[in-house]
Amino acid sequence: MPEYKWPPMEKRRVVGKRISRLDGIAKSSGKAKYPSDLNLPGTLFGVILTSPHAHAKVKSIDLAAAKAMKGVADIRVVAPAGTEIQWAGAEIAYIAAETEPIARDAMRAIKVDYEVMPHLVREDDLAKAGPRAKAAGEQVTGDPDKAFREADVTIEGSYGIPVLTHSCLEPHGQVVGWKGDKIDYYPSTQNVSGIGGDLARSLSVPVNSVSVKMDYMGGGFGAKFPSDIWGRESAQMSKTSGGKPVKLFLDRAQELTIAGVRPSAYAKVKVSAKKDGTITGWQSDSWATGGVGGGGMAPIPYVFTSIPNKRMNHTAVSTNTGGARAWRAPNHPQASFITCAAFEDLAAKLKMDPTELFDKNLGYTARADVYRKQIAKAKEMIEWSKHWHQRGEVKTVGAAAGSSSLRRGLGMGIATWGGAGHASECRVNVHPDGVVEIEIGSQDIGTGTRTAIAMVVAEMLGLSHTEVKVKLGENIYPPSGASGGSTTIGGVSSSSLKAAANALEKLMEAVAGSLGTTPDQLEAVDSTIRVKGNPSKQISWKAACQKLGVKSISETGKNDPKNPGGLNTQGVGGIQMADVTVDIETGVAKVNKIIAVQDCGLVVNPKTAESQVYGAMIMSVCGALMEERIMDEMTGRVMNADMEFYKLAGISDIGEMQVHMDISPEHDKRGVIGLGEPCAIGGVAAIANAVANAIGVRVPTLPVTPDKVLAALYGDKLGRQSLA
Amino acid sequence: MQAFEYANPTSVKEAVGMLGATWSDAAVLAGGTDLLSLMKDYVMSPKRVVNIKNIKELQGISASGGGLRIGAAVTIEELVNYASLRTNYPSLHAAASGITSPQIRNMGTVGGDICQRPRCWYFRQGHGLLAMHSGKSLVTNGENKYHAIFGEGPGKFVSASSLGPALVALGAKIKIASASGEKEVDAAKFFLDPKSDAEREVALAPNEIVTAIMLPAARNVRNATYEVRHKDALDWPLATASVALTMDGNKVKSAQVVLGHVATTPWNAAEAGKWLVGKTIDADVAAKAADAALAGAKPLSQNIYKVQLAKVAVKRSLLAAAGIKV
Repeated sequence: MPEYKWPPMEKRRVVGKRISRLDGIAKSSGKAKYPSDLNLPGTLFGVILTSPHAHAKVKSIDLAAAKAMKGVADIRVVAPAGTEIQWAGAEIAYIAAETEPIARDAMRAIKVDYEVMPHLVREDDLAKAGPRAKAAGEQVTGDPDKAFREADVTIEGSYGIPVLTHSCLEPHGQVVGWKGDKIDYYPSTQNVSGIGGDLARSLSVPVNSVSVKMDYMGGGFGAKFPSDIWGRESAQMSKTSGGKPVKLFLDRAQELTIAGVRPSAYAKVKVSAKKDGTITGWQSDSWATGGVGGGGMAPIPYVFTSIPNKRMNHTAVSTNTGGARAWRAPNHPQASFITCAAFEDLAAKLKMDPTELFDKNLGYTARADVYRKQIAKAKEMIEWSKHWHQRGEVKTVGAAAGSSSLRRGLGMGIATWGGAGHASECRVNVHPDGVVEIEIGSQDIGTGTRTAIAMVVAEMLGLSHTEVKVKLGENIYPPSGASGGSTTIGGVSSSSLKAAANALEKLMEAVAGSLGTTPDQLEAVDSTIRVKGNPSKQISWKAACQKLGVKSISETGKNDPKNPGGLNTQGVGGIQMADVTVDIETGVAKVNKIIAVQDCGLVVNPKTAESQVYGAMIMSVCGALMEERIMDEMTGRVMNADMEFYKLAGISDIGEMQVHMDISPEHDKRGVIGLGEPCAIGGVAAIANAVANAIGVRVPTLPVTPDKVLAALYGDKLGRQSLA
Repeated sequence: MQAFEYANPTSVKEAVGMLGATWSDAAVLAGGTDLLSLMKDYVMSPKRVVNIKNIKELQGISASGGGLRIGAAVTIEELVNYASLRTNYPSLHAAASGITSPQIRNMGTVGGDICQRPRCWYFRQGHGLLAMHSGKSLVTNGENKYHAIFGEGPGKFVSASSLGPALVALGAKIKIASASGEKEVDAAKFFLDPKSDAEREVALAPNEIVTAIMLPAARNVRNATYEVRHKDALDWPLATASVALTMDGNKVKSAQVVLGHVATTPWNAAEAGKWLVGKTIDADVAAKAADAALAGAKPLSQNIYKVQLAKVAVKRSLLAAAGIKV
């Protein structure tokens, strides 16, 4: 068995290089086909009838008129009479018809009689939640009361971050066709190897009867793991329609209402410290909602978990709103914001530079040395010492700076994450014509997974990344984990490294004789197999493969999360800093620049890694300044289930972005660690803190919108705060 | 979407003949950037859709009596790129440039801009133009951060027209055609405050179409628009102001101050206009005019901030019109 390890940093020819993603042209030219692009012959169009009420009982459903319509193939009721509906947008019935217009007309022809019940859809004012608020118990460490009694300084603050939606550009859905006892399933998913079994179980059919195929998908962010009710119902409608494929993708409003949200997090926080900035105590009373099930506590105090004296109380608020799903780094951005905002407010009260306050307390974190170096690097990148000022000091911007209403400020945020590789299996086939195929039941959810796998295998086989072909997105390939929690790169890089090493060993066994040596004396370099220390004794890759005769090599490799063998590991830190300008007359905040310093072990492809961090920083700009799901207590509905008032940044709203991947022997030797989540955490806190630094006061809740900035600056006469 | 008949006339006469006596008979399709969404959401369900993009008479921008004639089917992008617009009508140029989606600028038309339906989320979710529910205003009692701060009527939506305030301030006229011929209406009278769900927010009958916008000469009119925006990329402004000033030396001879996104129509702040007469514009005068313009504002529960934003828009548009850098 070959030794499985990453080639030394300085010897790598492919891994660690800045390589453009293999599918970039296909995606940007429209050649890449997503599940929602698929139009098979005879496809039926599926739609969902949803409840207009946030809380109601279904009294009766009359399908007669809809069923009588020509072109309607099937109607399936999923909320029969007697069902209690818990949110506006909950599914009542599924309809499949020959065309979209017929399906929609049929949907409108279904008569549902509801008994409307009282609802609660907002949780920002905890006092109004009444019995819908459930205390989750108190956690106490040390003696917080003593810490607050003896503190040199204490701050109290209220902080909040609302429910966000995933807003996937490609909505949830699938094309699914039931052929005999087999099901062809084309979902938009983060879970190629697992979703077929999930669908099969929901249909009570054998797991291996479902074939999953997905080449590309348009965003999941944690919300696209299961097959969902729409998968099951579409499959059933296909079956009753004689196996015609059913295409059902949520419409935009449904995508933003019922396909998963990120829970909110609100907290009243108290922090005590000594004069020198050493934090002595933390107290938080937090609350959150993620739908009817309430919402758990964000992990606060974040990163600084070893603060000796702590008291945390949390309340889960059940609301009649669409349910939560994992959202890139679940609960971490919320926790980072609440913690970093409180720390920044504490630093302001101490008249301390917040980076010094963070630094002073790094002993409470698990990775003090990493964070210390990252903070220093981040300060250099954002020119902290040049632009930072004490809160309350005015730093104006613009030509006529004296009379300008523009205020500039800097802020920081911190992040941590695990990121160990998931279970993954990969097969590498080396054919006698020299072709190399990699088969893996993984998925590229836009992160560059396809490219990374090609790079790893090419590195191991001494080839270029364009000389290997990656086949993923089908569940006939060896199973690989779902893409969630930053587990993919660790999993697939380890399994593909092992599969490639195994395949190479077989190839060397086949050619060693012809080179007059033993397999262990061979190496694969520059598309040749050659004798170590004697490069003139070589054979081209193609010629080597010809020696296989008619039999291809087919070798697998596995990543076992319990024993990754040093190929991948977990535990990273990240620092982000932001530079913002706020117009104190309008309350409009703009990001001038945002920077990220991020370690993630061995970086397979710095280019796609940076690209992933850019995406995360854009999400942070959205989350800090624009995004919120707006619920209306009057109608019980989401008011902005669209891309118009659910605001996301456009290119002109992003500002300058800089990424520093912490690539060094020290991190590299740890092996590969996932990156998707950690880079999507600290930016929100950094921007919010930069706003506080710019305008001299805290805007307690996100997003930082003009109404809230004006309220923070001038009180209720000019603006409105959403948190008392 | 309700199934509909599609008509593709090539003349104004033919087009108006295809419209009906009621709004549900027919709808006019120009850029199509909004009508299809309204139809898909069943907010509008016309029996016939009349495409006016192939009508030559509705195209093009031309000089007319010292001013400009802008065909109703001229796209926002064509308007933005028209050579003398930025020089003579910077206020209209800024308003058109504020439509920051290239897709909408390329497809959307000036006629479509002034005729577009409100973006009020209650209206768009099917609660009617006035969004009344059991005698109560959903807007007043619900989510109203983007709604009106002016107006005594029951409607609390804001006029969605980006060009409207500038057109009103510049004294533009709207040409309207019907089967009985063509007429001209002041832009100020084109936008209406509806009193019931059955009424519309513009002065068009179901069988009329806008054919052109007539801009008066503006060589000696100092004009500017300022938009307060949350986002630079595609987004509705939170509040805007368009001003048009005639000057006597460095003193204001006459002033039009018109606010956008604050009422069901572009909002003419007549008091501010009157107050400005005889003044020399500086930062202080602009701020006082802004106070006068917003004196009568009656914000709703969540939009008091828009009063401040509209003041800033007035102040900054006046300073811009006067050529004072801020």
